[in-house]
Amino acid sequence: MTRLRRTIRENAVPFALISPAVLIILMVVLLPLIFSFYTSFSNYRLIRPDSLWDWVGLRNYKRIMGDWDFWVAFGRTVLFLTVALNLELLFGLGLALLVNKITWGQRTMRTIMMFPMMFSPILVGFQFKYLFNDTIGLVNNGLQSLGLTHEAIPFLVDRWLAFFSIAFAEIWMSTSIFAILILAGLFALPKDPIEAARVDGCSNWQVFKHITLPFLMPFIYIAMAIRSLDVARAFDIVDVMTGGGPAGRTELLWTLISRTAYDDARMGRANAMSYVAILLSIFFTWFFFNKLMEARKHLGAF
Amino acid sequence: MATVTLKDVVKRYGAVEVVHGINLDIAHNEFVVLVGPSGCGKSTTLRMIAGLEEISDGDILIGDQVVNQLPPRKRNISMVFQNYALYPHMTVSENLGFSLKIASRSKEEIEAAVQDAADILGLDELLERTPAELSGGQRQRVAMGRAIVRHPDVFLFDEPLSNLDAKLRTQMRVEIKKLHAKVKTTIVYVTHDQVEAMTLADRIVIMKDGHIVQIGTPLEVFERPVDTFVAGFIGSPPMNLIDGTIKNDTVVFSDGRSVPVPPDFSGKVVDGRRVVFGFRADVLMPKGHTLAESGVLHDLDLTIDLAEPLGSESILLSSFGGKDIQARMHNPRPVKGGEVLSCELHLEKCHLFDAETGQSLRG
Repeated sequence: MTRLRRTIRENAVPFALISPAVLIILMVVLLPLIFSFYTSFSNYRLIRPDSLWDWVGLRNYKRIMGDWDFWVAFGRTVLFLTVALNLELLFGLGLALLVNKITWGQRTMRTIMMFPMMFSPILVGFQFKYLFNDTIGLVNNGLQSLGLTHEAIPFLVDRWLAFFSIAFAEIWMSTSIFAILILAGLFALPKDPIEAARVDGCSNWQVFKHITLPFLMPFIYIAMAIRSLDVARAFDIVDVMTGGGPAGRTELLWTLISRTAYDDARMGRANAMSYVAILLSIFFTWFFFNKLMEARKHLGAF
Repeated sequence: MATVTLKDVVKRYGAVEVVHGINLDIAHNEFVVLVGPSGCGKSTTLRMIAGLEEISDGDILIGDQVVNQLPPRKRNISMVFQNYALYPHMTVSENLGFSLKIASRSKEEIEAAVQDAADILGLDELLERTPAELSGGQRQRVAMGRAIVRHPDVFLFDEPLSNLDAKLRTQMRVEIKKLHAKVKTTIVYVTHDQVEAMTLADRIVIMKDGHIVQIGTPLEVFERPVDTFVAGFIGSPPMNLIDGTIKNDTVVFSDGRSVPVPPDFSGKVVDGRRVVFGFRADVLMPKGHTLAESGVLHDLDLTIDLAEPLGSESILLSSFGGKDIQARMHNPRPVKGGEVLSCELHLEKCHLFDAETGQSLRG
């Protein structure tokens, strides 16, 4: 007992010093988290505040399990993520390899490359909404002026065209994240193993495949992890460009959740959806970090 | 037959010329060491032979084939790098077999070749490890193994031992020499360490400022250096070099002392010519502490400043002809600073160089 008291007395100052930080974290992170988790078990509706105390157990979760619209949005989000991440990797890698070859004006080029990242996603959404508009949009206008088509292509209306348009905006905005991280990897690339591989009989393509790419993989996985979190909560661009429509054809998880929470005012159910949706982010983070650790393990010799 | 021939090879970086038209013939199975201070162009020369640097002018031939335009992979060479340059994401056996895998050899063939190399270099127990799990010496051995699995026409070594500690360096030096005896291939080896050059080479190529200064067997460059640079670079401790003037068949130094012109040079120098007199510590020894040698001896009294006992011998530091010089004492006894010793100089093993150009006056 006295021992415990002594421990407390000795550590009183450190405890006192970190307590404000702990309190703030409790208030801004943990409490809302607990609150939202609680509401996912309630029939909470924003227009009827007293419904907060309406405990419904697992009903929200059960309904989600059978909710076709939710799972379509879930699947579409996974598809969106797969398409966007892979294309961003491809373009980012290409961009980084090209920029790495530049000997004059590389710094300027690197800065210019980052421009898309500096826009707010909402602005990017508006910009592409305008570009892809079927009556006043630049893209349609250009295609028609060139005589490639005489009709207005419904970029933001057709199911697949709209999906493509949104992915295009997302990729346009974020390819540079991949490019920058891969470029950092290329800067750190040791010259010796590459020269050794050239002497060992590798063509340029074989050097890239066997030496450069394995070395870049950790950087690629970091970019993947960051971007998978980003894209899994994609909202702004979609909301501005199509609003998840028309008729739910481009509905992603978070546009659906926000509609449920605010338009339908069913906060409890929306929170339940969020917790299911977060599983997706957790899975991707876990997956890419595992890959990262694996890839890094072998590069310890550097 | 894998000879290597360099004809007037020039390397320029932009306007700066770093290798100035060098010529070199390397025979089949010969072990040639390029040695020189840093920045002398020896590594650049090696990398041009490897194809990692383009040559600006001249020709490089491997065998009878001009390889100027060939990429490294078409030259059938192997290279061992200073920083080992192992592939960090592959195990030792994958590292060893990589070049054969690229050449699309069969699995059995690769395994046999890897096993062979592992046997030669004692890597058997390390085959499943990755480079990160190896010590410096082990990495060096893997790098050499990777070079020998391909049975290349030419081995290129780029300062392979300079990242190892002194003890390991000596050990690996022996292993490289043994390796050459075993696999009998043409070797071009770059180092800045003259001891490595002396111990390993069939022939030494001494480079300075992008020129070849002297080519010869280790004994030739040691005993008959063509100029003061080679004389000072090869051998440890470096050769004593003292400025002097010829007068009546003697070399007179700035402090008034003199020695006779060495027999090899008599009649080749006229009175009044300014020269550099050179001799190694080994040929100046205190009486009673010499190696039993006969020849033309010249007696000198030396005031010893300091003695460095090395056990079987001592290096004596003294001052002579206005320069700090070193002498060698065999079967040493303790020497106090300030003590005057009567020494003898083996004149036959002394050198004269031109004071301006530094060239040997042996003619």
